[in-house]
Amino acid sequence: MSVNSAAAPAFSARDYKSDVKPVWCPGCGDYTVLSSITKAFAELALAPEEVAVISGIGCSSRMPAYLNTYGFHGVHGRSLALATGLKLSRPDLTVLVTGGDGDGFSIGGNHFLHACRRNVDMTYVVMDNRVYGMTKGQPSPTTEPDWDSALSPGGTGLRPFNPLVIALASGANFIARGFSGDPNGTAKLIADAIETPGFSFVEVLSPCVTFRPDQRDWKSMVRPAPVDPTEDIGQAARRLMTDDGFNLGVLYRGRRKPYKLAEHDAIGDLSDLEQQFAI
Amino acid sequence: MNTKIDISSVPDLLAHVKAMETEAMERYQDLAEQMEVHHNSETAELFRKMAHVESLHVAKVLERAKGIDLPHISPWEYQWIDGQTPEAATAEDTHYLMTPHHALRLALSAEKRALEFFTRVAAQSETGVIHDLASELRDEEQEHVELIKSWLDKTAEPDEGWDDDPDPPMLQE
Amino acid sequence: MSEPDQILSSVSVAITGSGGAGVITAGNMLLEAAAKAGWYGLFTRSSGPQIRGGEAAAMIRLADGPVAAPGDIFDILIAIDWHNIERFAIELPLSETSVVIADPSQGEVPEVIVQSGARIVEIPLKDLAKKVRKGRQNMVALGVISALIGLDDGVVDQVMVHVLAKRGEEALIASREAVASGRAAIGETGTRVAAPEITEGDGRWMISGNEAAGLGALRGGVRFVAAYPITPATEVLEWMAPNLQKVGGSLVQAEDELASINMIIGASYGGTPSLTATSGPGLALMSESLGLAVASEVPVVVIDVMRGGPSTGIPTKSEQSDLNIALFGLHGDAPHLVVAPNSVSDCVFSTQWAVSVAEATQTPTIILSDQLLGQTKVIADPPVDLTFVAKRLTPDVINEGFQRYAASGSGVSAMSVPGTAGGQYTADGLEHDEKGLPSSQVNDHAAQLDKRAAKLDTYDFGDHWADIEGQGSLAVICWGSTTATVREALARLSAEGKNFRLISPRLLAPARPAEMAAALEGVDRALSIELSHSAQFNHYLKGHFDLPCPLQSHHRPGPLPFRVAELCDVITDWSGS
Repeated sequence: MSVNSAAAPAFSARDYKSDVKPVWCPGCGDYTVLSSITKAFAELALAPEEVAVISGIGCSSRMPAYLNTYGFHGVHGRSLALATGLKLSRPDLTVLVTGGDGDGFSIGGNHFLHACRRNVDMTYVVMDNRVYGMTKGQPSPTTEPDWDSALSPGGTGLRPFNPLVIALASGANFIARGFSGDPNGTAKLIADAIETPGFSFVEVLSPCVTFRPDQRDWKSMVRPAPVDPTEDIGQAARRLMTDDGFNLGVLYRGRRKPYKLAEHDAIGDLSDLEQQFAI
Repeated sequence: MNTKIDISSVPDLLAHVKAMETEAMERYQDLAEQMEVHHNSETAELFRKMAHVESLHVAKVLERAKGIDLPHISPWEYQWIDGQTPEAATAEDTHYLMTPHHALRLALSAEKRALEFFTRVAAQSETGVIHDLASELRDEEQEHVELIKSWLDKTAEPDEGWDDDPDPPMLQE
Repeated sequence: MSEPDQILSSVSVAITGSGGAGVITAGNMLLEAAAKAGWYGLFTRSSGPQIRGGEAAAMIRLADGPVAAPGDIFDILIAIDWHNIERFAIELPLSETSVVIADPSQGEVPEVIVQSGARIVEIPLKDLAKKVRKGRQNMVALGVISALIGLDDGVVDQVMVHVLAKRGEEALIASREAVASGRAAIGETGTRVAAPEITEGDGRWMISGNEAAGLGALRGGVRFVAAYPITPATEVLEWMAPNLQKVGGSLVQAEDELASINMIIGASYGGTPSLTATSGPGLALMSESLGLAVASEVPVVVIDVMRGGPSTGIPTKSEQSDLNIALFGLHGDAPHLVVAPNSVSDCVFSTQWAVSVAEATQTPTIILSDQLLGQTKVIADPPVDLTFVAKRLTPDVINEGFQRYAASGSGVSAMSVPGTAGGQYTADGLEHDEKGLPSSQVNDHAAQLDKRAAKLDTYDFGDHWADIEGQGSLAVICWGSTTATVREALARLSAEGKNFRLISPRLLAPARPAEMAAALEGVDRALSIELSHSAQFNHYLKGHFDLPCPLQSHHRPGPLPFRVAELCDVITDWSGS
C-alpha cells in the first residue's frame, strides 16, 4: 500500500471499536493489538457487518466484544473449528480468529494443526504472553522451562512449543510474528495476513503486565527479522527451527491455494433426489 | 531507524501531524477509560484533560489543513522515527494504580518524541515551506514539553509502595 | 405416523458365511428382488470384528404388510460355511419349523443348530458354484432361497442385471447360472417354505434408517454438515455427502467430534441450518459445545445413532442407553430438545421435524436414533413429506440498538445474520444481557434462563410429541426402535382379544406432562419397555411426569434386539392375562 491522494477512507479505525470498555489490566499488550486490528480493518475498508471475529476463552479471547463486527466468544480451544464452519459456509465474510497461547496451543492444539492443514481463508492472531493469565498465572505451552509458578514450582522443565514451526509443518500459508509494543508494525502484519488468501497465522508477542512483569524486557529483545520472508518451505523450516522467538515480520509466505467448498448448483426440489429410494 | 525522514510536501507533513495528534488524543481517551474501569479516578481525570488538550491540537491541524487534500497514508507508512506514532503515549507503560505523576511522565516522553520528530524534519532542509511549517510545529511541541514539565513540578511524586495492592488477582473465567 | 396395525404374515431368511462369501450382497439382492415382487420387508446384518473376510449374517424378513421389527425365528437359514457360528447363533433363533440349508463339504452341522430341531437339508453349494465358470456360492444360495419362498425368477434377474452391471457380462452370466443351479438343486428336494402374500402397491421405497435420517435433514433444510466418522453413524454421512451437494450444500470431515460440533455452530451462526451425526462416545465429546449452542441460542442438530455402551461398548450393536446423556449431559441449566424416531421410516419425519423445531426455537436438538434403526433397511411406503421447513426468526428491519437477546413472549428473539448491517453482536457462552454483553447480574441471568426455557415451553409441538395408539386401561410406554416390536406384539395380542394402549414419545425433551397425563387418562397400570440395563427410560418417566398409575419396568440391555414373541410374553405376564 503506498501513499496516494485517495478520497477519505470509508472507515476510521475508531469505527470498529464497540462501546464496550475492555477490562484488561492497564499495560496489557492486548490493548494495542485491539488498536492494530482496527487500523488493519480501516486500511482494508472492511464493512464491519461483513467481518466476524471468533475467539475462545482467555484474556485475549475477550476481543470480539470490543469490536463493532459480528463475533463469537466460544468455548476454550475450539475457535478455529467454529471459524472454519462459518467461513466455509459464508465465504463472503472476512473471518478473524483471536486468542491466546493457552487457548490456541494447549486445548486448541489439535484444531490449530488442522486449521493450518486445511488452509481455509482466515486469519489467526494469537496474543502470546507465555502464561495463562485468566486463571491467574499458570505456565502455558510457550512458557520458558524455568519459569516459576504455583502449579509448577521451579518451572515445568518442558521445552516450549514452537507454534510457528508447527504452523509451517501443518500447512499455514502465511506466518508472521508481531509485538504489541509495535502497534503500526502489527497492524501491517494483520492487514497483510487478512489480504493473503489461505490460513494466515500471526503470533503477536503481547506481554502480561500482571503475571509476567519480566516481559517488559521484550521491547529490548525484539528486532525486525534480519532477512526477507521466504517462500521456500525448507528454508523457512530451518529459520523457524532456529529462531529465538524475537524476530518480527512476515517470516513465511506460501503459495498454497486456499481451501473452499466446491460450489454446486442446487436442484429445485427434492423429488428427483428421492427417486434413488424408489424400487 | 530512518535516518532521513521522507516528507516531501506540505500535505504530506500535515497528514503526519493530523495522524499524530489524532492518535495522541485517542490514546489518552483510551487510557482515561482504562483508568475509569479500574477505578483510578485521579489519573483518569488527568488523561481526560490530556485528551482534551490533544483535541484542541487536532482542531488546530484541521484548520491548517482546510482546503488542502491530504494524502491517505497507511498507519505503517508514516515516517515515524522508530515506527511508533510519536505523540501517542505508550500504552504498555501504564499500571492500574498509576498516579498522575506517572501519567505526566508518560505524556512528557510522548511530547519529547513529537519534538524530536519535528526537530529532525525541520533540520533536514534549511528553507522552504516544509522547513517553515516543521519549525513552527517544533516550537509548538517545545511549548507542550515545557507545559508538561511545569505540571510535573506541581504534581506530587508517587509514594513508595504506590503499587501496593494487598488483594490477589481475581479469577474471572 | 404409525404403521398399520395388522397381524403380519412373514418369512424370515438368514444367510451366513465368511471370508468373502458375499452374504451381505446376496441379502441385499434378495431384499430388492422381494421388493420388486411386491413384498414388504426388512434387512439387518451381523458381522464379526474383521474388516473383511469375517463371519457375517444377512437377516431378511419379508411380509405382506409394512414390517419394522425382526421376526421371532428364522424360517430359513442357509449357511455357506459354519465359521464362528457360535458367536452369533443366538441372533439366529430357529425352531422345528425352520429349514437349515447346509453344505456337506463344510463339515458337521454345529450342535447349537442341531439342537433347535430344525430340518436340515443338504445342498452342496460349493460344488454347485464350482461347476459354473466364476460361479459364487452366494448366488447359488440366492437361487435356493428364491425357489424356497416362491420368489419370481424375473425379478431376481432384474436385480442381478442392475447390481452386477458394473462387473460386466461375464459376472452376470455366471450369476444367472449359479442362481439357476441353486433353484434346481432345492427343487429336487421338494422342500418349500410358506411365504406371505404379495401385495399390490406402487412406488415403495427401500431405505435404511441412516439414509432416512439424512433425507429428513435435507427435507428440513439442512445444508451444512461437519462430522467425524463413527460406527454406526457413518452411513448418515456417506449418504449426505453426495446428496447435500445436489441441493447446494456441503459436508466437511472434521478432525474430531469437538471440531464437528463447533463447525456446525459456526455455520449455523452464519445462517445455515447445520447438522452432525455421531454415536455415544462422540456425543459425550460434544457436551460442552452443545451447552455453548444453548447459551448463545444457535440452533444445531446432532444425530446420535446409539450403540452398546458405556464407553467404547459394542459399536456394531444397538441399545437405548444414551437417553441419560442426551437429557442430562449438559452442565448448568441448559434446556434443549431431544427427539427420538420410532421406526426406520419415522427417521425421515422425526429428523425433518427436529431440524425445524431447532431452527424455530434457536435451540440445539439431539436426535436419538440407534443401530437397529440406522443400519436396518426396510421396504416401506414412501414417507409423506409434511412440509416442515426450517424457519429461523431473523429481523426484518434492524433498528438502532438491535438487541439479539431481547425478551419476548415466546422467548424467541430475532437472530441477525452476519452480513446484515446494524445487526452485529457477539454470541457468547458467558451469561449475557439482552444485547449479548457478558453479565453476571442476577436479573440478566434470570431473564436469559427464563427466555431459553420459555422458548421450549411455549412452542406448539402439536400431536407429533408422541404416537398414541390402541385403547384400554393397560398401557405400554416405549420409545425409539423398541416401538416397532411393541406395535407388532400388541397387534398379535389384540387379535387374541387383549387390548393395550401404546404410548411412544417422539419428543423426550422438553417433557410434556399435560399431554402425557391426557394420554394416560383411564390407564390403571403402565409398563415401560426399553433396551437399557439401568432402565433409563423408566426413571425418566418417573422423574418427569406425575404418573396417574403404577409404572413397572421391563428392561434389558443390548446387544440383542427385542423380538415380538418375547414382548408378547412379557406383556401378557405383566398384564396378568
